[in-house]
Amino acid sequence: MAINMANVLGLVFANMHDRTVAELTKSRTMGSILFGGRYRLIDFPLSNMVNSGMSEVGVITKSNYQSLLDHLGSAREWDLSRKKGGLHILPPFGHIETGLYRGRLEALYGAMGFIKASLCEYVVLSDCDVVTNMDFRPIVTEHIDSGADITVVTTSGIFSSEETLSSTVVAVGTENRIHDVIVRGPISGQCTISLNIFVMKKDFLIDLLQNFVPRGLYSFETDVLQAKVKDFKIVSYNYDNFYRKIFSLDSYYKANLDLIDIENSKALFVPKRPIYTKVRDNAPSKYGLESSVTCSLIADGCVIEGEVENCVLFRGVKVGKGTKVKNSILMQDTVIGKDCEISNIITDKNVNICDNRLLTSSALYPMFIGKGASV
Amino acid sequence: MFNKKECVAMLLAGGQGSRLYALTQKVAKPAVPYGAKYRIIDFPLSNCINSGIDTVGVLTQYQPLVLNEYIGNGQPWDLDRIHGGVHVLPPYQKASGADWYSGTANAIYQNIEFVDRYDPEYVIILSGDHIYKMDYNKMLSYHKAKQADATIAVLDVPLAEASRFGIMITDEDDNIIDFEEKPKNPRSTLASMGIYIFTWSKLKAYLIANENDKDASKDFGKNIIPDMKNAGEKLVAYRFDGYWKDVGTIDSLWEANMDLINPNIPIDLYDPAWKIYSRNPVMPPQLIGKNAKIQNSMVTEGCVIDGTVDFSMISDGVTIETGAKVTDSILMPGSVVKAGAVVEYSIIGENSVIGENCRVGARPEDFENRDEWGVAVVGHGLNISPETVIKPKDIVSEDM
Repeated sequence: MAINMANVLGLVFANMHDRTVAELTKSRTMGSILFGGRYRLIDFPLSNMVNSGMSEVGVITKSNYQSLLDHLGSAREWDLSRKKGGLHILPPFGHIETGLYRGRLEALYGAMGFIKASLCEYVVLSDCDVVTNMDFRPIVTEHIDSGADITVVTTSGIFSSEETLSSTVVAVGTENRIHDVIVRGPISGQCTISLNIFVMKKDFLIDLLQNFVPRGLYSFETDVLQAKVKDFKIVSYNYDNFYRKIFSLDSYYKANLDLIDIENSKALFVPKRPIYTKVRDNAPSKYGLESSVTCSLIADGCVIEGEVENCVLFRGVKVGKGTKVKNSILMQDTVIGKDCEISNIITDKNVNICDNRLLTSSALYPMFIGKGASV
Repeated sequence: MFNKKECVAMLLAGGQGSRLYALTQKVAKPAVPYGAKYRIIDFPLSNCINSGIDTVGVLTQYQPLVLNEYIGNGQPWDLDRIHGGVHVLPPYQKASGADWYSGTANAIYQNIEFVDRYDPEYVIILSGDHIYKMDYNKMLSYHKAKQADATIAVLDVPLAEASRFGIMITDEDDNIIDFEEKPKNPRSTLASMGIYIFTWSKLKAYLIANENDKDASKDFGKNIIPDMKNAGEKLVAYRFDGYWKDVGTIDSLWEANMDLINPNIPIDLYDPAWKIYSRNPVMPPQLIGKNAKIQNSMVTEGCVIDGTVDFSMISDGVTIETGAKVTDSILMPGSVVKAGAVVEYSIIGENSVIGENCRVGARPEDFENRDEWGVAVVGHGLNISPETVIKPKDIVSEDM
């Protein structure tokens, strides 16, 4: 059955999983973490929703969301500045005595007014921890066809216990029915994990919130998926396209460098389904007289006069003469002076590294230099 | 009722740009790509918004589709406004009949009503042929301080080059006392930059008078300026000393691009206080492969490069395959240079594909007779089959 995707509401959780990459979320939400040279993590779920034909999206935030507001602006860059639908930012709704929400259900409960007001029939919920180019159309279609109460987008593979500890592991039986759910359990090896993307009917979600939240239940994973695995029809949609899940600084580092591989890059940056982001009007990048750049992803506005190998350079990065940078992620407006040697480093925005500095660490534990620091 | 606007800009973008040959066959000159991620018109439009002029009429006539879509609602230049903003103004049918724009002055004449909607004191006339960064507001202050009726921006050029321009002859106060078009023996080195500020009420009167003169060529340089001078209006020259380049020919377009990578040429695109805005393509960052060697070049988003690039401008979405070599060249958006191809001193149009092992252009050093050498041009959307040789100075406008 062809589904009218304008009838699907998107709900994006900007703050979920903040704690897994505490270094990067010190001054921002998970959704506003810089990624892949010119993007922020929220660009991926938002672009996927828009490219799937959805035109009404709510972004649920919790804290540290100034950078997120700055990034999203009027949402014009995602084509979500609309009279009908468009993008709505939903800061926590509550009284001082209730405090901030504790889990996904409470967060959604705070956005109840927005959800109820929407005329959409279905909802897609997505976090910002998965980088992928996902078409929601077949997923929503299968959700409808399967008659499921909840569809969970999952992927199968061999995972480390570090990854499963920050994930929801599911056991999938006949007809893709999920019959067991393990939340943050130390499992390693072949298994199926949730990509934290869910589909359900909007009315089902509203009922869920009205029944669960007043009873003090706030976790979608534990109180719904796990506790109600027998009562609800919870179905898995197996996703096997290119994706990277960000669950630690190390996985963030590797996921960035993985984009230097042309096959990965092609799988993520599909010309017909572009990933939108905030425009910064940078000039093109300039390669100097003695520059040497190999195996790297370079955004606009960079000025490179040294050597760059196996790096991701965000917009406005400067690399001085005689400097060698290897295996590093340099975020927006990082400035590296002359004759430095740098390897396995992640610099946050506006980091300044003076001339003649030697900064190296192991590829297993990349060194992180915080926002605005001077070295 | 909205406030009146002090100054409205009228940007002449209707010219065919015939001296750019294959590059302007399907697009108007102001929409020709420049500087890896810009089009020529980005410069006057960005200058307008950076100068505080938020009402711009863009007069189009020749091949306007690409230009119209590019300008859109003006949002990339912050020119989407409730009152004012950018408006594309093609010729239109009136009760009295319909006419193409028959000259620069006629184009403004046909849009007197547009200008009057904003009730401005002044009008600045711009063209879409030049690369420069200029604060029009400074020029406007000068126009007001001088109590001029018309102010013409001029550039002091070397005497040897003066005969290529319209030359203004001024007195010691920079009042324009005479002018000559492309003189053999120039009496001054002040070249007109094609940027005029007029007091609108004055200009309007001269436009109407010029229109009623059946023999007039309806041109600013040939009619309006001489008419105003002859009538004793106050014409002054405004001296500009920054970078300014006409990009009306293949050679000058090539040079103006190369100027951006020449550290001795004073045009800075990285100045956050005077950004040049453009309609950004939605593309990932540039991906540089393990065999790539890039020096002295500008590269922008969406490129995939695994070949050698030196002294070149590489626009968005360009692919340069392994073993391909691009030097001293301009690759326009979406063009592809296949493995083993060599591109030297060339301009490759948008979305054109240079097949494997092609040779396009050559270095001037390899020619004893320099007259046989010139920049090679491949037009837009062309397919050049593998092993093809395109000689310097060639202008290709069909598949080969």
